[in-house]
Amino acid sequence: MNFISQTLAVTMLNLRTIPQRLGSSGVAIIGIAGVVIVLVSVLSIAQGFAAAMAQTGSESRALIMRSGADSEMTSGLSNVDVDIIKQAPGLRREGQTAIASAELYVIIDIPKIGTNSPANVPMRGVEPVATQVRSEFSITQGRMFQFGTNEVVVGRGAMVNFQGLTLGSTIHSGQNTWQVVGIFETDGSIAETEIWCDNHVLQGAYRRGNTYQTVLARLDSSQSFDTFKDWLITNPQVNLQVRREVEYYAQQSRALTSLIRNVGFSIAVLMGIGAVFGAILTMYTAVSTRAREIATLRALGFNATSVVVSVLSESLALAAIGGAIGGVLAYVAFNGYQTSTMNFSTFSQVAFAFQVTPRLLTMGLSYALIMGLIGGLFPALRAARLPIPSALREL
Amino acid sequence: MKFFPLLWSSLWRKKTRTIFTLLSIFVAFLLFGLLMTIRGAFTFGVDIAGVDRLVIIHKVSLIMPLPVSYKDRLKSTEGVTEVSHQTWFGGVYQDPSNFFAQMVVEPEPFMKIYPEFKIPADQVKAWLADRQGAIVGVDLAKRFGWKVGQKIPITGTIWQPKQGQTWEFNIAGIYDGDAAVDKTQFFFRYDYLDENRLRGEGLVGWYVVKIGDASKAHEMGAKFDTMFANSSAETKTTTEKGFVEGFAKQVGDIGSIMVAILAAVLFTMLLVAANTMAQSVRERTSEVGVLKTLGFSNAAVLALVLGESVLIAVLGGSLGLGLSWLIVQRGDPTNGMLPIFVLPNRDVAIGAAMIVVLGVIAGALPAFNAMNLKITDALRRG
Repeated sequence: MNFISQTLAVTMLNLRTIPQRLGSSGVAIIGIAGVVIVLVSVLSIAQGFAAAMAQTGSESRALIMRSGADSEMTSGLSNVDVDIIKQAPGLRREGQTAIASAELYVIIDIPKIGTNSPANVPMRGVEPVATQVRSEFSITQGRMFQFGTNEVVVGRGAMVNFQGLTLGSTIHSGQNTWQVVGIFETDGSIAETEIWCDNHVLQGAYRRGNTYQTVLARLDSSQSFDTFKDWLITNPQVNLQVRREVEYYAQQSRALTSLIRNVGFSIAVLMGIGAVFGAILTMYTAVSTRAREIATLRALGFNATSVVVSVLSESLALAAIGGAIGGVLAYVAFNGYQTSTMNFSTFSQVAFAFQVTPRLLTMGLSYALIMGLIGGLFPALRAARLPIPSALREL
Repeated sequence: MKFFPLLWSSLWRKKTRTIFTLLSIFVAFLLFGLLMTIRGAFTFGVDIAGVDRLVIIHKVSLIMPLPVSYKDRLKSTEGVTEVSHQTWFGGVYQDPSNFFAQMVVEPEPFMKIYPEFKIPADQVKAWLADRQGAIVGVDLAKRFGWKVGQKIPITGTIWQPKQGQTWEFNIAGIYDGDAAVDKTQFFFRYDYLDENRLRGEGLVGWYVVKIGDASKAHEMGAKFDTMFANSSAETKTTTEKGFVEGFAKQVGDIGSIMVAILAAVLFTMLLVAANTMAQSVRERTSEVGVLKTLGFSNAAVLALVLGESVLIAVLGGSLGLGLSWLIVQRGDPTNGMLPIFVLPNRDVAIGAAMIVVLGVIAGALPAFNAMNLKITDALRRG
């Protein structure tokens, strides 16, 4: 009981005197806050990008590409391939219609807002059945385009990030013009970065003859994937690869997400080391300016452990304040921040928003506390080991 | 310089404090070097892209091919020195994770336009003689342990051969170049592709044109675009520099993110260093008084304190910058994702300047206070 009350007394004394040492305490707080901001914001980029990619794709849809193709962009299918795919078992059908859409995936040059330099915006030619394949698709402004015309609908992310894609505008691209008649959403998936139009019109515009690139098929159920896949793989008339849509997008995001995460963690670790030195300096300063007080306490009979605990709690308190400030600032500045980047496997743009999730904030705060603990440890031990007589004489 | 021992000993007055200040400055400049390198890596070699080289792509998009027949029309245009076309091959070597860029080129014009790729003369000869020959960057060869003469199979993703799925190449040569050249690329011959591809005969990806007078780049570009206007493949011409910059911008504004992080780091370190300096001078108030009593002028005291803070900054900063330089010398740690991984000399110079600025700013206030200190006050306070 005595030990606890001693510790509490010294700790309160330390915490209450923080305002008197505002300068050096401020340095520690700002240092730690800086590290937390950087850690949380860099990881929120990776989080946002991964989330946009992960939301794309459903277990119950299969993406069919030519075997050997590594992305929608490089795949190519003939209309014969497409007919065979639509006959495969395991595919959902409504009446005579297979719920599978043969699509073209191309790039159109449109300037990015803010840079004015051209960006590779993905453009997808779809069949009428495409909206049944993707049940999450919904028009939020205007209407769906008319098949057989040069009308297009634009994803919400594309509209926000690129120039001249609002409802009612006209896109000029080479000798083609496209009318924007609607804006669509797909629950935040990367399809929202795309521009959709009739696949036959796009075949003409991009001189693709009667070929397609991919087929996106809705399965009877997610269990019928194997039946569907085996039938197509073993069919000697075609040379295809069949993947679940989720797997395809997860694999596409892997490289970039892990690059951002690694860079983010390395920077945070290095910065963290710097901030720990800052915290150590602050706490040494705190201890040395109060050497006489600490020695007095010890002389009065306070034990060494309570002194250690008090210094550590001060350092943890500073770290917690810094971590909280950093987390709040990162959240305010970056949560929901809209941007777009290049998806290297298709050379096309992906729009996404930074996501500062509770998990990232917890991570930032824990990291701050770890820095505080390390930063306080050595000064605390020094405080406990102060030789009482010489410390009393100091200053 | 005779005061250096004095500076040195006051520096080590409190060892722990000086060491931790040194370490935090060290970390700050280590980060500075690494972040500048990453920033450079994401500009994809903008710095070496030539202004006398123009890139001509299809007006609709880079992925739309252009006819090979444009070459002669471009070549006969006045002011054009050399024309080369390139095509993105995008094949897979063994596994998709082994990504590297494969480009289809015509060897002779290609080597004339890009003198920065250094290839030994006998290897050039071998490449010209072997239709299936390829030249690869020295970093790429090192990554997969390739030797000259080795056979390399690559699976086509965009371009299918007439038979099977695999294209066979012989490594005819290995190119090198200075630090800013991307040495992870794989170049092979257009005639091999064109004769053996299943479809797409006579189509190329884009053109690179070298012009005689770089100041005419803009007019020349407009001239090319007019030349092909209203044809089945209209074009868009930019300087190679503009093209690379545009590409870098598509990835996102990596540059400003890095600068923002660095600003946070350096600001924090400045606070730490300034705080330490201020405290160390405060503790020595009486010593300053003694120095002044001994006849040190105000300017000398100012110089001493500033010198001490600059000395700490230079010690810590140059070690940090030096270590980052050493790390960067070991090359790209991501296995080919960042092909250009160098710390530009310009950034080293900026770093050096910032080290000095940091030292001066951190020491400025305490030095100023020490200078204005009255001897009587100083001695009394001790």
